[in-house]
Amino acid sequence: MVTAKLRAGDLSRITDMAEVKGRSLWADARKRFMRNKAAVASLLVLIIITLFSLSGEAIAPWTNEEIDFNVIGSADTEGMPSFASGHYFGTDDLGRDLFARSAQGTRVSLMVGFVGTFIAVLVGTVYGAVSGYVGGRTDAIMMRIVDILSAIPYMFVLILLLVMFGRSMFMIFVGIGLLSWLGMARIVRGQTLSLKHKEYIEAAQASGVSSWKIILRHILPNLLGVVAVYTTLLIPDMIMAESFISFLGLGVQEPLTSLGALISEGSKAIVQGSLWQLYFPLAFFTVTLYAFYFVGDGLRDALDPKDR
Amino acid sequence: MALLDVENLGVTFATNDGTVTAVNGVSFSLGRGETLGIVGESGSGKSQLSFAIMGLLAKNGRATGSVRFKDQEILNAAPSVINALRAVHISMVFQDPMTSLNPYMRVSDQMAEILTHHQGLSKADALKACVRMLDAVKIPDAKGRIRLYPHEFSGGMRQRVMIAMALLCRPDLLIADEPTTALDVTVQAQIMALLRELQAEFGMATILITHDLGVIAGFCRDVMVLYGGKVMETAPVDPLFESPSHPYTRGLINAIPRVDTQGETLVTIPGTPPNMLRAPKGCPFAPRCAYAAEDCDDHLAPLTTFAPGRLRACNRSLEDLA
Amino acid sequence: MTTPLLDVSDLRVSFKIRSDGDMPWTKPRELKALNGVSLTLNAGETLGIVGESGCGKSTLARALIQMVPATGKVLWQGQTDLLTLTPRQMLAYRSQVQMVFQDPLASLNPRMSVGAIIAEPLRTHHPDLSQTQIKQRVQQMMERVGLLSNQINRYPHEFSGGQCQRIGIARALIVGPKLLICDEPVSALDVSIQAQVINLLAELQRDLGLAMIFIAHDLSVVKHISDRVMVLYLGRTMELAAAQALFAHAAHPYTKALLSAVPIPDPAKERAKQMIPLEGDLPSPMSPPSGCVFRTRCAIAQDRCAREVPALLGTRHQVACHLVNTATLEPV
Repeated sequence: MVTAKLRAGDLSRITDMAEVKGRSLWADARKRFMRNKAAVASLLVLIIITLFSLSGEAIAPWTNEEIDFNVIGSADTEGMPSFASGHYFGTDDLGRDLFARSAQGTRVSLMVGFVGTFIAVLVGTVYGAVSGYVGGRTDAIMMRIVDILSAIPYMFVLILLLVMFGRSMFMIFVGIGLLSWLGMARIVRGQTLSLKHKEYIEAAQASGVSSWKIILRHILPNLLGVVAVYTTLLIPDMIMAESFISFLGLGVQEPLTSLGALISEGSKAIVQGSLWQLYFPLAFFTVTLYAFYFVGDGLRDALDPKDR
Repeated sequence: MALLDVENLGVTFATNDGTVTAVNGVSFSLGRGETLGIVGESGSGKSQLSFAIMGLLAKNGRATGSVRFKDQEILNAAPSVINALRAVHISMVFQDPMTSLNPYMRVSDQMAEILTHHQGLSKADALKACVRMLDAVKIPDAKGRIRLYPHEFSGGMRQRVMIAMALLCRPDLLIADEPTTALDVTVQAQIMALLRELQAEFGMATILITHDLGVIAGFCRDVMVLYGGKVMETAPVDPLFESPSHPYTRGLINAIPRVDTQGETLVTIPGTPPNMLRAPKGCPFAPRCAYAAEDCDDHLAPLTTFAPGRLRACNRSLEDLA
Repeated sequence: MTTPLLDVSDLRVSFKIRSDGDMPWTKPRELKALNGVSLTLNAGETLGIVGESGCGKSTLARALIQMVPATGKVLWQGQTDLLTLTPRQMLAYRSQVQMVFQDPLASLNPRMSVGAIIAEPLRTHHPDLSQTQIKQRVQQMMERVGLLSNQINRYPHEFSGGQCQRIGIARALIVGPKLLICDEPVSALDVSIQAQVINLLAELQRDLGLAMIFIAHDLSVVKHISDRVMVLYLGRTMELAAAQALFAHAAHPYTKALLSAVPIPDPAKERAKQMIPLEGDLPSPMSPPSGCVFRTRCAIAQDRCAREVPALLGTRHQVACHLVNTATLEPV
């Protein structure tokens, strides 16, 4: 507190004090987040996994396409994970190194997750904030558009697009980006509606601040908490959607692979006994998703401790 | 034997930012039928004091000291002990009647519940008693309106319902925590007049907690002034206003704008209310006191009687403050 | 005679209310928040507006600066009717009329530093100023309202209620307005802090020659700071007079009842006080009583009061009551 130790009369005499650094709400939230062990551990795990996905192929002795002819055809007996052969995670049926492929698969999945979510956040936040702030008929129309688009079966559209326009990373981004912003728009609009009536918004309006500046300066910063939490929950959704597509065989084309595709191949290979083909990608998949959920939970607790 | 004897009551809360001391050693006693006003601003601890007495502290709150009701220790007592006292012997009226009443239950159900639970009355008898009580608090057409939901009453009416509920079992002690702060001034006057009447009729001891000295002046026989969790001064109401003996009380009385007199600039108390995160070792008012000296930061003289019925806690003597 | 700074004639504000259970085609009901209020305000003068819930005082404040749609006339400096301006045209006037709000902490954006909050009106109305110039003015303003200028980077939640209100005042005054509308500026503050803020406002008004509209439900506060006082009830003016006159010789039955209800911090006076009770409940603003809106709670109401709406009559001390002789201010 400012005047804790000062006598009230001293206030006027102190004029040359250096500027005091403020303690913003973000700093408070960061401190609270750091105290949450599970969230911090998950964040570290995510960082490690991301590093792995970026550098895995560089440190693996094998590339993701190279076929190890010693192993091909007899993966269940020869392709086991070992340090000696250089196949840290083992190989698949074709003799391709699972370590390198896992790294690549994780990279693709994470990319889809991040890019898809980025689109969703960008479009959804602006759309929702404008809709909520302007209100009235514009809001009604904008939200009806969201409702109609939400009614479209997401998976079918995605599959249709992929079948019609071919399987490429670009198509996956388009397909996912097209419909992933809807949930974010709804949430942001809801938050904006409740923020709109706060007194500091009224004060800004009374001051003559333009609507755009109000949305940018006053509404968006106060939305970021909700947006951040929802984002960390949206990323696993994207990864799962992509994995599902890949599991069905409609995902990225070979030799590109994703965790979903790897899991798909791995699940078929269980019968032959080469369990590592399933377990490694599955482990990465599960751990990544859990880590995102924990971070999301930690963020929510940190940003709004009352909402426990 | 005093009805309520509070000795060195302390209340602390364990929060993420540290320990907050809400009440820092408050002592007072109340006899049957007496009216005590507790005056304080933010951080004075006046509400937490009443919650501690009623056993209503939040989970992270700890109460220390002693609270004896009819010579029985009730502070931190077992729930069975406290529950037997609540509503029957000690009742409470809160500030915001809308959040104190269950919006999903009819008023009749909420009121009758008290009687059927505590006095074992049948539903029909309980309802009759409730209507009688609503009449006593001057709700027009009580019989017809008792079946309504809380949101169908106005703010002033809801507060009357709260008062009626509190008095159903004819308690010995009524604690009213800022009962009129959320109400318009004309409604406030009506409710305070009602409380005066009921107090005279039922004879229950009453503790009135408020920040409004005007309301205190019109209702209480004795007044206790709290600041920063400690008692600054206790006195009967007339001497308190005529000759306040504590710098804080004087400052407070001088700072109030009044309808009945004409003043120029208001004499203010400089500074801000205390932050109870770090309980001050000495006098909590010292940072804002015009008469404070070196010793005030270290220790505060205990509450001592200097005239019949008048106590003060100040390091400076009365002569120093003249 | 100088032109009044603000000349408001017959200001009306109504809201359309839909109940939750209504069908989409039922006509929404009308809530007349303000039902024909007129007032004048000269430069440097303070008008206090008092009333209880539902009287329309907050709506009045917002109607004056076009924050709620209103009809009537709001003449600024005898020339421009503010209600006829488009939002674009209104922008220029927003630097002349500023507002201070009731909840000190809620009226400040929790994610902006105090310096940025105070600077915002300056940025909006004087975009040509440089960063250094802005910072200088902000710091000057902070000192002016009694805050340490080195706190400029702190955030609202790090300040107390009284300090937050000072920040709000600094923000309102930094563009040098001629009129300051204060909507219950001290209601949420502790008594000892209220006095500080009231003194600050009075001081700033004197030094800057501000006109002020001071809205409050606390009569003692209003009396202290106002030159003239207006009493509102259910959207209509009951009485309008110089502060001294109103409190010493209130003429309208509502004003008298209101004054008698104010608790006085003096036990002897409280005991001796004759309180004028008000019968019944506040009528719903959606179905106000016919004729004089106060008649349902007035002790001396007669037949005429239900038939005719009393006009606000009188010269310097105006009353809207059939039963008061506006020349002598005595009951008829």
